[in-house]
Amino acid sequence: MIETIRSLGRWGLATFERIGRAHIFLFQVLAGIPGLAFRGSLVVQQLFYVGVLSFALILVSGLFVGMVLGLQGYNTLVDFGAEESLGVLVSLSLVRELGPVVSALLFAGRAGSALTAEIGLMKSTEQLSGMEMMAVDPIRRVIAPRFLAGFISMPLLAAVFSAVGIFGGYLVGHGLLGVDDGAFWSQMQAKTDWYGDVLNGVIKSIVFGFVVTWIALFEGYDAVPTSEGVGRATTRTVVHSAFAILGLDFVLTVLMFGG
Amino acid sequence: MPLIKIRDLHFYRGDKAIFEGVNIDIHRGKITAIMGPSGTGKTTLLRLIGGQLRPDKGTIEVDGQDVHQLSHAELYELRKRMGMLFQSGALLTDINVFENVAFPIREHTTLPESMIRDLVLMKLQAVGLRCARDLMPGELSGGMARRVALARAMTLDPMMIMYDEPFAGQDPISMGILVNLIHHMNNAMNLTSIIVSHDVTETAEIADFIYLLSGGKVIEKGSSVQLKKSSSPWVQQFMQGLPDGPVPFHYPGVSFSDDLLSPEEIS
Amino acid sequence: MIQNKSTEITVGMFVAAGIAALFVLAMKVSNFAEFNEEVGYKVIAEFENIGGLKVRSPVTMAGVRVGQVSNITLSPETYNAEVTLSFYADFDNIPTDTAANIYTAGLLGEQYIGLEAGAEDEFLQDGDVIYLTQPALVLEKMISQFLFSKAEGDE
Repeated sequence: MIETIRSLGRWGLATFERIGRAHIFLFQVLAGIPGLAFRGSLVVQQLFYVGVLSFALILVSGLFVGMVLGLQGYNTLVDFGAEESLGVLVSLSLVRELGPVVSALLFAGRAGSALTAEIGLMKSTEQLSGMEMMAVDPIRRVIAPRFLAGFISMPLLAAVFSAVGIFGGYLVGHGLLGVDDGAFWSQMQAKTDWYGDVLNGVIKSIVFGFVVTWIALFEGYDAVPTSEGVGRATTRTVVHSAFAILGLDFVLTVLMFGG
Repeated sequence: MPLIKIRDLHFYRGDKAIFEGVNIDIHRGKITAIMGPSGTGKTTLLRLIGGQLRPDKGTIEVDGQDVHQLSHAELYELRKRMGMLFQSGALLTDINVFENVAFPIREHTTLPESMIRDLVLMKLQAVGLRCARDLMPGELSGGMARRVALARAMTLDPMMIMYDEPFAGQDPISMGILVNLIHHMNNAMNLTSIIVSHDVTETAEIADFIYLLSGGKVIEKGSSVQLKKSSSPWVQQFMQGLPDGPVPFHYPGVSFSDDLLSPEEIS
Repeated sequence: MIQNKSTEITVGMFVAAGIAALFVLAMKVSNFAEFNEEVGYKVIAEFENIGGLKVRSPVTMAGVRVGQVSNITLSPETYNAEVTLSFYADFDNIPTDTAANIYTAGLLGEQYIGLEAGAEDEFLQDGDVIYLTQPALVLEKMISQFLFSKAEGDE
């Protein structure tokens, strides 16, 4: 009995210690970001790995999600004779929720896991230690550019996802199901608010980008430096990111749309 | 005055003591070897000297500066004058040999490209890998990777180089090359070298002074000749690589016959 | 650093695509484009009951969107709803005796304000009040009125 309580306590202490380490880590990374002003090429390179390589996935997923939304939404709306509202349904679902959330989940799976694996591998092959001994701070040289790249990429990817998704919904709605395209666009414009809907969606995706990149980089940096440890860290990145995204999405939705 | 002065060093990992009161002096211009069985914390010692780990007690002075009292910036300034060769080489895997050697120069200086090229080729020539400069680290053998890492460790002309198990897992030829390189570099560039190793013959061949570590303490110190004459049976066992002696072959515990007769673990 | 150039180009294209997507969301999908017109003028209308009218509900005249509802409060004296209508600056010739009614678009659709132009030569200015209003139709009221009149008719 005592042993159970003790192990619970040990687990709690370890968890808190880890959370503490994650915050110290974040602080160090943020402190390293101003220095990147002189190292633009490092950020550009990471934008390529983090952003460009996720682009195709986001593009295709966005298109399909939008097309499915168009189809399903039409089938529901047509029962009420409100199929003209299809544009509103597609745009609001994408801009407010699906765009930021789904693209962040995909981002965590594609870019987040890759970041964790890369950093974890650099740690296990002593590349990070090696840099430290060459008097190069790995947090500034390796981690900070990746963090900034993730932070910049996420809102752009989410915007692409939403835009492509709306186009997909339009393709299905107008092309396949024959919804009037004037009504589709004009109702969408009338009901989708720039500040209330689009900008709040962008804010969501910025928050998700920040959190996912943070989790991914910390998991890599804190990984047990063995191949097994890196593998576990990669899994943890995806799982923790998914929890963080969905949990934060609820909180943000309450703050933005719940009031 | 020694370049590195370690006094009363204590270091614990969890409840386990790695060092308990270690004193070591490392003199300028000499090759000092630190030897001991696996798991005595030889690599840990190098990390302590490099400031990557903090001791629980005691001080480490490098060139008159207490490593663990320095600020972040001062520590990084000091590390520019320290080279370290990791066991794996620790080359950056996403750039080629040339860029790996150029990495410290690019990070710390704003030299023009032509000068970087001259410097890098010079260092690569010294380790005999000038023509391998376009290879990626993944295409190198273990010995070649260590030589590239050595070239990289020297690019900023440090005052000292720390070698972490430079001979482990090498075939006789690359072992010979590395022994030669370490010896020549030390003399030609007036370096101070610290070798952490358990390859007795190779290390004893080039080391000017040897410290033997075991159980968190310095067991014996002296030149290789002195050590070979040591009266301590432990030192004799280690230096000659005998399978049994003061360090028993068997992991300590109850005797074999007792174990066979005890019924408690049968379930 | 050989592939640096193509990396930079693709990254440039990626960032451009992201910004273009934001631009599409702004101009084509949302009402961002209308914000320029919103620097119009505001007029207050008092309704006995606004039903399901909300902020940002459209204000139309002859089916053409001329503005939107920008604020709804309860009047402390009359206990009526005070609705602020924001007109787009283009529509500056709306007569002062215009009537405002609350309609429903379709059976289950949203509610909006429909204006019927009056005959005055004076036009509505910023801060004016529309007096001729008709409250929203509340379904329950209509049904109870209908049943009531039916019951009376039977006697």
